[in-house]
Amino acid sequence: MQIESPAFKENARIALHDVDLQKALGNLKAGFPTKRAAAIERMPEFDSLRDEAMQLKNHIIENLDLYLEQFEENVTKQGGHVHWARTSDDACKTILDICRQVGAKTVTKGKSMVSEEVNLNEYLEANGVTPVETDLGEYILQLRGDHPSHIIAPAIHLNLEDVTEAFHEHHGRPRSSDPAVLMQEAREMLREKFVAADVGITGANFCVAETGSTIIVTNEGNGDLTQTLPKTHIVITSIEKVVPTLEDMTLFQRLLARSATGQEFTVYNTLSTGPRRADDQDGPENFHVVLVDNGRSEMVGSEFQDMLRCIRCSACMNHCPVYGSVGGHSYGWVYPGPMGSVLTPKMIGIEKAGLLPNASTFCGKCESVCPVRIPLPKLMRHWREDEFSKHLSPKAARWGLGGWAFFAKRPSLYRLLSKGANRALRLMAGKKGRVTKLPLAGGWTDWRDMPAPSGKTFMEQYKQQQR
Amino acid sequence: MSRAEIFSNIRRGLGRGEASAEQKAAVKARLDQHKANLIPMRAQLPHHEQVALFKEMALEAAAEIIELTDIHEVPAACEAWLANREINELIAASDSQITALDWQSTPRIQLNHRVGKVGDIASLTTSFAGIAETGTLMLYSRQESPTTLNFLPDVHMVILHEKDIVGPYEDAWQKLRSSTAGTMPRTVNMITGPSRSADIEQRLQMGAHGPKELVILLISDSQ
Repeated sequence: MQIESPAFKENARIALHDVDLQKALGNLKAGFPTKRAAAIERMPEFDSLRDEAMQLKNHIIENLDLYLEQFEENVTKQGGHVHWARTSDDACKTILDICRQVGAKTVTKGKSMVSEEVNLNEYLEANGVTPVETDLGEYILQLRGDHPSHIIAPAIHLNLEDVTEAFHEHHGRPRSSDPAVLMQEAREMLREKFVAADVGITGANFCVAETGSTIIVTNEGNGDLTQTLPKTHIVITSIEKVVPTLEDMTLFQRLLARSATGQEFTVYNTLSTGPRRADDQDGPENFHVVLVDNGRSEMVGSEFQDMLRCIRCSACMNHCPVYGSVGGHSYGWVYPGPMGSVLTPKMIGIEKAGLLPNASTFCGKCESVCPVRIPLPKLMRHWREDEFSKHLSPKAARWGLGGWAFFAKRPSLYRLLSKGANRALRLMAGKKGRVTKLPLAGGWTDWRDMPAPSGKTFMEQYKQQQR
Repeated sequence: MSRAEIFSNIRRGLGRGEASAEQKAAVKARLDQHKANLIPMRAQLPHHEQVALFKEMALEAAAEIIELTDIHEVPAACEAWLANREINELIAASDSQITALDWQSTPRIQLNHRVGKVGDIASLTTSFAGIAETGTLMLYSRQESPTTLNFLPDVHMVILHEKDIVGPYEDAWQKLRSSTAGTMPRTVNMITGPSRSADIEQRLQMGAHGPKELVILLISDSQ
């Protein structure tokens, strides 16, 4: 996927005026948050589960090397292979090598954001291996040459008409605008692909150290067909997904679906451990796990360590007013929303992704819904500081902050100024009580009025009440 | 060389070299203990209430439940259900619970023992456990339970004994460990209702890539 994060402002402007996108985003806002709230209502222990999950993740990170070693040992013991990938390039090369070893021409794919992160599809295609996405949303996107705009609802930016057109064009069948018919069409088209594929690639929501198992969590069953029918199953996932035991995995399972789609439990939670056994009648003969790093190991011990707790539920973006207004593509890379605004600068560099951690009002909704209590606004602020200290933020912002700092360090001047500004704004607002045009603040007043200060400054009121 | 670099980064971040012997022993002990984390109250009810909760949750997840008192009623129940949909073939694993039943008395269905294939309409399997807290079935791969039967057919019929219903997931893991001598099978499936997708405009549609219908034959063994 091309990096378009530097164009965030322009992307956002276009997105806000895109009638179709705004209609599609309406479906998201009406759906996930309401369903999540209802699911949590039914689980009185939800907040205690969050506390335990946060502590468990912290424990895992403190012992990350040990759990990864155990996971590797147990995968190997069960006849599987673990591959380590420091970079996207390493991950792609490893997977291509495995495909070549088994003479693969086509691979089916279950949904995997890590595979998007490393740009696997384009790499495979460029090297003569055809990837076929099998998750309905991902399949629609692949037909359209499009990319996910959400980590669990990849085609959330599209409307029914877009799917109708894409299927009509690629399947050569009459146009249908019935979602049930369209889904049946995808089911039929993909059946043969599942069987014909030489390799099946899936992601993993968790890796269990105790057993050497990986787990996928899906509603469609496409991931299961992807990993059961071909001779080789490759799991691509990242190093922070490791959990100690099945019981520990279960703690996260109780949080994941409820936080994500608001379901009590996702339809299919499937564990894979090694290749098929001697007397099994089906299942893959080869099992590989590719563990991707891509900057994660450097987050250990850094101010971004808390981000390694993320279980990719998407609650933060589902509740984010910025995401809900501009959609996932505006962020210009794989991970959108608050979690993406923290991860993306780490993966593509703050030079390119600097606008993302700034695209937040810090309303705090993301942190309040996070199942593992990641302090997302704080982490975004760390990026703003980093950007500032590297002199990457725009001049106007630097001067503005410099000016503010000058006055903030001189309380009496600050009070004088705020008193003056207070009076001036009230004068400008006139009888309406609202300022419609403000020099240097056109970004605000072009779109809405600025409410005028109601009376005295905070310090004036404070002094009055002290008496 | 990726592996060495990743491990050295992690250890540098943690401010230590290789973990101490104590730390390694603590991690090993934690892995062997299988300690449960917080288990919700709803998963800790007495058994008869767990059965009721299982039914409620499975139905909510859009599974269908046929209640039977004895496993010998399974062939007739399958025949009746399939006949309603004009289905006459049933693919089953060579599970002894299924092969021991009298299928001669139900001539309208042809029972075939093999793995699942593209084009299969209906399959019949047993389930190793039912989990009450979310109405979830647990199945695992072995010679008499091929995974393809759980995913390729349009209809998945599953035999579950009420006595195999547990409250929380944790009890199912313990049951699995004792049934498989501590070695995880290739595949463990937790199945909660039939396949679905809401990828088109967030509108829920049933029957994406897995079974469109999930029918649980729940045996009370009450006689």
